[in-house]
Amino acid sequence: MTYGIRLLVFLKEGVLDTQGKTVAASLKGMGYDCLKNLRVGKYIHLDVEAASEAEAAAQVEKMCDDLLVNDIIEEFKIEIEAARV
Amino acid sequence: MKTAVVVFPGSNCDQDALKAAGALPGTEAAAVWHKDSSLPAGIDLVILPGGFSYGDYLRSGAMAANSAIMTAVKDFAAKGGLVLGICNGFQILTESRLLPGALMSNDCQHFVCKPVTLRVERNDLPFTLDYKKNEIVTIPIAHGEGRYFIDDEGLKRLEGQGCVAFRYCDASGTISPECNPNGALNNIAGITNERGNVLGLMPHPERYSEKLLGGDDGAKFWTSVKKWLEGGRR
Repeated sequence: MTYGIRLLVFLKEGVLDTQGKTVAASLKGMGYDCLKNLRVGKYIHLDVEAASEAEAAAQVEKMCDDLLVNDIIEEFKIEIEAARV
Repeated sequence: MKTAVVVFPGSNCDQDALKAAGALPGTEAAAVWHKDSSLPAGIDLVILPGGFSYGDYLRSGAMAANSAIMTAVKDFAAKGGLVLGICNGFQILTESRLLPGALMSNDCQHFVCKPVTLRVERNDLPFTLDYKKNEIVTIPIAHGEGRYFIDDEGLKRLEGQGCVAFRYCDASGTISPECNPNGALNNIAGITNERGNVLGLMPHPERYSEKLLGGDDGAKFWTSVKKWLEGGRR
């Protein structure tokens, strides 16, 4: 089975997100006073061959540990799409 | 003194490093390709040079940290071999966990390219023997992602162990936010590991190793390493 996986990577709370801060300042300048917080992250899409959803997630978690995420500054969330045969 | 300069796809300070580290009598420097799985025999110093390895994709230094040569560089460092990471090389050292912390986008959101003044915090390292403690030196920086970050506990440990080697300062040696070009914690410009054989810094000593290039405050890196290899200690 092939699982489509959406990997969302964000800077941890408390780590200064310079990009988010700049984008938020622009929006505020455009009059969006409703904006309370904005953080910019990364979206990585992966197609993973695995026997089960759990195995696909485990493989992606390992990729995060090995390369995709730096846990000193970042955290991540995995979202799994429906499996394709 | 035999130096290996690792060349990654996107390195652009490798030639400067080769020239600077191989300029003194009795020194030689050779380039090593990132796909090589071993370092040449008899190497004393490995330099990870500046540049934009792998286009700075994903995170600066992340892909380079996982290249074939880095396994050999880690083994070399574990045996006490000298490893110097400059700019992108510093980012590669933190990504490969040879040094703690991370280097993030400058707080000013600009690429900053200018000579800066640094205070030498450690002059007992193989790389800094020829500097005086608290000496103020001028060495250029050129980076967009040089803001040193580490969590509170890590920072306490780093400072407690005296692992900060260089800090951004003003001309009188005062450390202040005004002379911090990138928002680095505690004005940190360069750090070492506890053992003192691995050093990473954002400034480029190889660019200021000859007066003709604007300054030679970086030249003491190479004389220091040579002295240390010849048995000099502080």
